[in-house]
Amino acid sequence: MSLTTDVSRAKSRPGSERTRGGEAGQDPQATPTRGRRNRKTRERVFQWLFLVPAVIYMALFFGYPVVKNVVMSFQDYTTATFFTGEAPWVGLANYAKVLSSSLFSTSLLNTALFTIGSIAGQFVIGLALAVFFRRRFPLNGILRSLLLLPWLLPLIVSSAVWRWILDKDSGALNRFLGQLHIVDTGIPWLTSTSLALIAVVGVNIWIGIPFNLTILYGGLQEIPDELYEAGSLDGATGWKSFRHITWPMLRPVVNVVLVLGVVYTLKVLDIILGLTNGGPANSTQTIATQSYRLSFQEFKFGEGAALGDVLVIISLVFAVLYLRASRRSIDE
Amino acid sequence: MTTTKITSRRSAPGSSAPASAGSAPHNAKPSPSEKKKWGYTVLAIFFLAVMLFPVYWMINASLQPNGTTLETSWLPLKPNFSGYATAISEQGGNLGTSLIISLGSVALSLAIAAPAAYALAYFKVRGAGVVLFAILISQMIPGIVVANALYTAYNDLGLLNSIPGLILADSSHGIPFAILIIRAFMNGMPSSVIEAARVDGAGHVRAFWSIVVPLSRNSLITAGLFTFLFTWSDFLFALTLTTTEAVRPVTLGIFQYIGAYVNDWSSVMATAVLASIPAIILLVAAQKYIAAGTTGGAVK
Repeated sequence: MSLTTDVSRAKSRPGSERTRGGEAGQDPQATPTRGRRNRKTRERVFQWLFLVPAVIYMALFFGYPVVKNVVMSFQDYTTATFFTGEAPWVGLANYAKVLSSSLFSTSLLNTALFTIGSIAGQFVIGLALAVFFRRRFPLNGILRSLLLLPWLLPLIVSSAVWRWILDKDSGALNRFLGQLHIVDTGIPWLTSTSLALIAVVGVNIWIGIPFNLTILYGGLQEIPDELYEAGSLDGATGWKSFRHITWPMLRPVVNVVLVLGVVYTLKVLDIILGLTNGGPANSTQTIATQSYRLSFQEFKFGEGAALGDVLVIISLVFAVLYLRASRRSIDE
Repeated sequence: MTTTKITSRRSAPGSSAPASAGSAPHNAKPSPSEKKKWGYTVLAIFFLAVMLFPVYWMINASLQPNGTTLETSWLPLKPNFSGYATAISEQGGNLGTSLIISLGSVALSLAIAAPAAYALAYFKVRGAGVVLFAILISQMIPGIVVANALYTAYNDLGLLNSIPGLILADSSHGIPFAILIIRAFMNGMPSSVIEAARVDGAGHVRAFWSIVVPLSRNSLITAGLFTFLFTWSDFLFALTLTTTEAVRPVTLGIFQYIGAYVNDWSSVMATAVLASIPAIILLVAAQKYIAAGTTGGAVK
C-alpha cells in the first residue's frame, strides 16, 4: 500500500502543485481584514471537519492499540485482570521473561528464515514472470490478471487448500510425486519438524508472487523502449540488457517491493496458524504467532504485548528503511 | 498486506493497457513472428496452470463425495454436491455473518474515507502531511498488536462477540487504503467544477455530496470492493475478538474445520470455494472499475 502512496504521490504531484500555485496566487492580494480572517478561520474549521472522523478512527484503532500495548507490556495483565480490574506494574519483567525464553530464539530464527525465504522466492519468481510478461503475445493481459487470484483469496482459504494438497497420506503433492516414482512413501510436509517451515515458506511464496509480479511489471512498463533500442545497437541484448538497463532502472521499485514485502511478511499470522498452528514442536512458531499464543491461548496478555512490541520495533526498523527508499525513489 | 493488494491492483489496469494494445494487430514495434508469439502464450498458460493448480484442486476436491478422503480423483468426473450441502448447512450462517460484517465495513469505511480523502486532496488542510504519514506508518503495525489491545478494550466495552465490534475493527484493513486510493483519484479531479458549485452558493457538504461524490464514483466503487474483500478475508479479528459461536465469520469457521482432524475434506473445500466467490467476482469486476478510474483520470 505504501507503494500506492508512492505512486499516487508521484501522480498527484502535478495536480497538487497546481492547486498550491492557485493558493499562492490568492495570498498576495489578500490583505486580510478581521472579517475576512474570521471567514478564513471558519473555512479552515469546516475543512477540518471532513478529516476529523478519519483522524478519530485512526487514533482509536491504530494509535490507541500501540500505546495500550506498550502500557500492557509493563503490567501483569492476565485473565484475572478482567475480573479484578487490577494489572500490577511489573516493570521490565515481561520483557525479561519473553526475551530469555528459549522459544524466543526459536521464533526469532523462524521469523528471519520465514521472511527471507518468502521474500527471496516471491521476488525472484515475480521478477522472472514480470520480465516474461513484458513480451507481447496474445492473451497477455487476461493471463496476467488471472495470475492475481492466489493473492485475492482469503489467506485462511489458501491455508486450508494447501493443508489438503500437502497432506501426508492423500495430498495431491505426494500422490503426484508418487506417480512419478520420485518418492515411495508420503513426505510429511507439514508434520515434520524439519520440513514444516520449508512448506510454510513455499505456500507463502505462492501467495506473494502475484503482488511482486504486478508491482515489478508496472515498474518495467515505465522503462522507455528507446533505452532497449539504444542498448541493442551497442550489443546489449538478453542478459546484458537486463543487467545494464532493466535492473538499474528498476532499482527504486525493487527497493519498495522488498521493504514492503518484509514489513508485511513479518506480521503474517493467518498462513502459519492455518497450516501448522506454529507446530510441530514450535518449528514454525514466529514472533507474531508466539505473541498470539501468549495472549490468546495462555492469556498472558502482558507477555504477549511485550513480544508484540518487539515485533513493532523490528517492523519500524524496516519502516525507516522503506521511507528512505521511497524518498529516494521519488527524488529520482 | 491488505493495502498492498490494492495498490498493485490499481497499477495493474494501467499497465495492462499497453500490454493488450501490444497484442492488437496494429503494432508499431517490429514484433516477433506470429508463431513465436503464440509460443509465449502457451508458456504463459503453463505458468498460469501451475499457479492456479491449488484453486483447481480446491474446486475439484469440493465436488468429491463426502468422506472419501483417501483417493481424490484428479478430475471431477462424477461431481457430487454433498460437500456443498454440508458446507451450507454448517457454515451458511457464518457466510451470512461475514457478508453483514463486510457490507457494514464497506459503508463505514467509505463514510469515513471519502470526506477525508476530499479534505486531503482538495483543501490541502494543514496537517495533511501528518495524516498521510500516520496512514503510512499504520501499515507497519502488526495486526496482533492491535488485536491484543482491542481485546481488552472490547472486553470492557462489551463489544466482544458483536457484529458492530467486528465491523469497527475490520475497517482498519480498509480505511487507510480507501483514503489513499480515493485521494489519489480526487487529486486528478478538476477543482474548477467544485469552485463553480461553491460560487453558486453550495455549502461544503452539498458540494461534496452532489459534485465530488458522483465524480469520484469509480474510485469509491474500487475502494468499496477492496474494503469488502479485506473484511471478508479477515481472520485475525475474527479469531481474537470472538470467544463464542454467537458471531462467527466464515474464515473462523474454516479455521475451526481444519483445526481438528479433518475427515471430510469435501465439505471444507466446498466452504473454501464459497468463501472465494467475492475474490473471484472482484477479479472480474474490479478490473473494470480500476481501468475506468485510471482512464478517467487520464482523460482529464
